[in-house]
Formats: sequence, structure tokens, C-alpha cells
Amino acid sequence: MNAPMAPFAKPWVANPDGYRVPYEVFTDQAYYDQEQEHIFRDETWSFVGLDAELPNKGDFKSTAIGDTPVIVTRDQTGQLHVFKNLCMHRGALLVRESRGNVKSFDCVYHQWSFDLTGALRGVPMRRGVRGEGGMSPAFDMANFGLDALRVEVMNGLIFASFSKSVEPLADYLGEGIVANIQRIFNRPIRIMGDYRQYIHGNWKLYAENTRDPYHGSLLHLFHSTFGLYRATQKGFTYMDPSNRHSLLKATASAAPTSASEDQEVYKNVRSYNTEFHLQDASVLAGRPEFEDRASLVINAIFPNLLIQQIANCLAVRQSVTHAPNAFEIVWTLFGYADDDEEMQMIRMKQSNLVGPAGLISMEDGEAIEIVQDAVIRDGKKTSVLAMGGVHAGSVDHMITEGPIIGFWENYARYLKLGDELKK
Amino acid sequence: MSSSSLLSSQSAISHKDKVAALAPDNFTWHGYSALETQWRVERLLSRYVACIDDDALEHWPEFFVAEGCRYEIITRENVERGMPLALVFCNSQGMLVDRIVSLREANIYPQRWYRHIVSNVLIQAVAEDHLEVHSHYVVLQTRRNGQTSIFSAGKYKDRIVFQNGELKFAEKRVVGDTHSIDTLLVSPI
Repeated sequence: MNAPMAPFAKPWVANPDGYRVPYEVFTDQAYYDQEQEHIFRDETWSFVGLDAELPNKGDFKSTAIGDTPVIVTRDQTGQLHVFKNLCMHRGALLVRESRGNVKSFDCVYHQWSFDLTGALRGVPMRRGVRGEGGMSPAFDMANFGLDALRVEVMNGLIFASFSKSVEPLADYLGEGIVANIQRIFNRPIRIMGDYRQYIHGNWKLYAENTRDPYHGSLLHLFHSTFGLYRATQKGFTYMDPSNRHSLLKATASAAPTSASEDQEVYKNVRSYNTEFHLQDASVLAGRPEFEDRASLVINAIFPNLLIQQIANCLAVRQSVTHAPNAFEIVWTLFGYADDDEEMQMIRMKQSNLVGPAGLISMEDGEAIEIVQDAVIRDGKKTSVLAMGGVHAGSVDHMITEGPIIGFWENYARYLKLGDELKK
Repeated sequence: MSSSSLLSSQSAISHKDKVAALAPDNFTWHGYSALETQWRVERLLSRYVACIDDDALEHWPEFFVAEGCRYEIITRENVERGMPLALVFCNSQGMLVDRIVSLREANIYPQRWYRHIVSNVLIQAVAEDHLEVHSHYVVLQTRRNGQTSIFSAGKYKDRIVFQNGELKFAEKRVVGDTHSIDTLLVSPI
């Protein structure tokens, strides 16, 4: 089991009227640099891909943890590895393609060659040419293997860590999050493809957004415009014991609410009406496929992953950071290998709901950018998180900002901000 | 032009799609000469992009056949991996209408203007009931700060039919080289 987490001072004091986060965390390069070292390259597990993306020996993909480029590959014995995408000679990108299949990784610069386990196997002209030149006699190829990360695979999700001391993945996630991974990744998947969404904003605004059940029915108006969504539907908010991860879950088949109750809830909402209806409602048609009949599961995993089940629309979303004001969401949508043709079509149609062009998700890109644009010179001003009682933790409803507070408490702990502020 | 190439035997990638067959220089299609067909196809494409750029989106679904149309925006990345996932996937005119109602009434997105440039319009194949037409597109996007950037570049792969005296899209597949979407995609391409 993992050691209990060290106690830490809460840097952004939770007053009774709200938890406050200074906006400089979204704009300041110093925070960004600290995050790379103390979150992405330290005691966390980052998602890097699905093993179904690399079915064959020699398959690789390139991706990034934070903004550090990494290679994910399957070696000749079937073992998965994650390396820094960095030639040990002079620092060139070893892999320049996003995907492929190779027998070895050969740097184009001086053709140093590494096998799929990361060992250096070839250095051209190592012994010189006609007795001239060559590497120093002290040079030992065994010392120049690729920088390897720790790797754990859970139900086909590949996680990697730069840390030698981070707790095992299952402990890092906690039982409730592991249970959701087992629930969704319960049998072989079939990958449908990727979306990539480049957002001119800070990655943590998306971490907030995906831990924020409050905004769901207010920002995203597709359902309410077409008279489909009900904020009164039953749901709950689960957080793991460390409050790093969260799971927002809503059930469609809960006790039906009355139209008058919905009208009461939505009376100040700009677009709840029954004037519009879908001409082709097949975009929402689906099949129940989980025993709990959940219609919505948004599972945020610290620091860079979101696992999504919206009806039959299944996806993982990986955040890749570029700068304080830029990050990318890589969406990978999937079904199951045993889906029949009708089910494949159901998932294709429901994919209209999500992604950069998603009828119910596109607004998140805009919501992030309007915060980023507004706070640029107000770094010392703070947001206020007060919905649901100014504390992290599991609750049996979804009208809360608790998961966002849990994110920031952990963020502060990783960046050791409490120590800073005590001075 | 031949679809075979000196390189094709050495390449891992099939060149079959890379140098697609072209329609012959001379054909007639629903009484139109090859030249007139080309002109009508280009006019359809020009009217189609003008409809989007002039924000007349309520008329956009009318460019498609009423029954059994298909419209997709998919990335070249997914196509080359043999994967079906599309950014937008509609297989009925009703779904096209719903996209526009959602854009007008529900979706929240930045103020921006699109400008489509279409070129290299090639009729690839001529059949009794349809044409297969490929063309290149670029979409320029001007955002509220007044700056213009390339939002998407790619290829239209269209199946065009002749219906009640007019050319309509039975299928329009937008294959984007641009696979990283800048913030979000709300308007059709």
C-alpha cells in the first residue's frame, strides 16, 4: 500500500464563503515550469495511450507527458515501454512520426540506433574510419540507453511515470476509480479514431472544467434547447480518498421529474424551451450497455486524463500542455471489438455529441479561452469556488464544485505552495 | 494519367488512391458536355461555399439530396489509419438541419468569419446516376481580434447527382489535412 500522503498547508484558504484560486496560475510561466517538474515529471501517473493503439510488436506512437515528448512502444516480446523521445547522443527527437512500426529507433542525425527495449545497439564509425577518429575508448554503449519511464497498464490503459517512488498505479487511483476503469474497459475495445483540439488557454482550466458538474446544463445548451436535458436527474460526485481524481455520474433512468420542476430549476436559464425539436433524433438513439444504466460518467484522473461515457459514446481525453496559454486535448473514441454493425453506427452517430465539433462539448473550448483572455492582467485576483459547500469529497448530488477544490489542494501539495505561503 | 508508377512496387503505401483515375476528356452526362458538366460542378461548389461564408446556413442542407445523403468531416489522420471517426457525421438531411439549429440556438462559440477557397476541381468518375468529384479547399478564419489564419485545409470528395434539373450532393466527405482543430468547429466546411 502507499504511504499516507504528507499533510500540507492549504495555500488558498477556504473561507466559509468560498475557496479562492489566484488567476496567475493560468498565466504565469513560473507556475507552468513548476508544474512540468513537480506534477508531470514527478510523483504522478500520466496517461500515454491505449494498448489497442499498439497491437503489434514494433508498433510505436509519439506523445507527450505535460510538454515532454515521449515514445510508447511494444517490443519484440510484447512488453510495453515508454521512453523520453530524446536521442542520448545530441538530444534530437528520435521519433518524428506520430505512429509507426519499426525494428529499432534510429536517430536520423547520426544514425545512433536503439532497440525497442531502449538499449543502444549501434553507433556509426564508433571505431573510427581507417584508424582515424572514433569514439573515446572510455565510451560504453551500455551507459547510453534511452531514458525509460515506469510503465503500468490497467485494463488496456497505459500509464507512465518519471518517478521511481510514486505509489503503484492501483493505489494512486484508488478503488473507486479502478472500478470505473474495470467497468468501461471490461473487454477488448476497437479504436474508432482520434480528435485533436488545440485550445488557446491553460490546461488547468480544462482540469477544472472536467471536474465541474455545475456548468454542465448551463454552458452546454444542446439538450435544453431541444428540451432533452434535466438538471433534476439523479447523479452523484465521487472523489478518491486523495481527492486527486473525480467521477461525476448521472443516471438517465432515475425517478422521472416533473416538467414543472424542470421549469422551476431552469427559470433563469437562457435557453430551456420546447420550441425546438430534433429532426433526426437518431443522434441520441442508443442501447443500454452498463448494468448501472448511467447515462453520463465523467472520470477525471490527475493530472492528464479524462475517461468519458456519454450514453454509448466512449472516449479517453488526454491533455498535452504547450505553454501557459496553450494546450491540446487528444480524444480517442472507441467501441468494443464485439460491437455489431448497428452498434458501430450508434457510436458513429453519437460521436457527433463530443469532440471539437461536439454538439454538447464544443463550448468547453470557448469557456476556457474567455477565462484566459480576461484574467491576463489580474493574476492576484481570485476565482471563487463555493458551490456545494467549499470542500472536496464525495457527495450524492452534482450541484458542487468540490472536485475542483480537490484538484487545487493537490496541485498546491505537488508544487509545495503551502510552504511558500507560510513565509 | 496512369495509376501505376515506377515507385509503386517499392512503396509500402498503395499509390492507387494517390493518382486516382480521371474521367475521360469527352463525355456527356444528362445531356451536358464534359465542359458544361465541369462548369456546373464548379458553380455548385462556389454556391455551396458562398452559402457558408455568407452565413446563409439555413440553406446549407438544401445542397444535399433529401433522401439518404451523407456528410462527413474527417481528418486525413484517421483516414490514413483506416479509422472511421469523423468530427461531424450526418447520414440524413435532418441531421444537417439539426446541426444548423444547434449552431443558431444552442452552441456557444467565438465570433468568427469563414472564407472558403476551392480549387483543383477534378471530375474523377462519371456514372449514369452520379459524378465523383475531388477538389481542394482552404478555410480562412478571421477571429474577433481581426486576425486571419488558416482554419482548415484539405480535400472535398463528393458524389454529385442530378435531381430535378439541379446538381446535389449525395455524399460530401471533407477530408482535412488539418487534424488539430483550432478551439472548436461549429460551422460546416
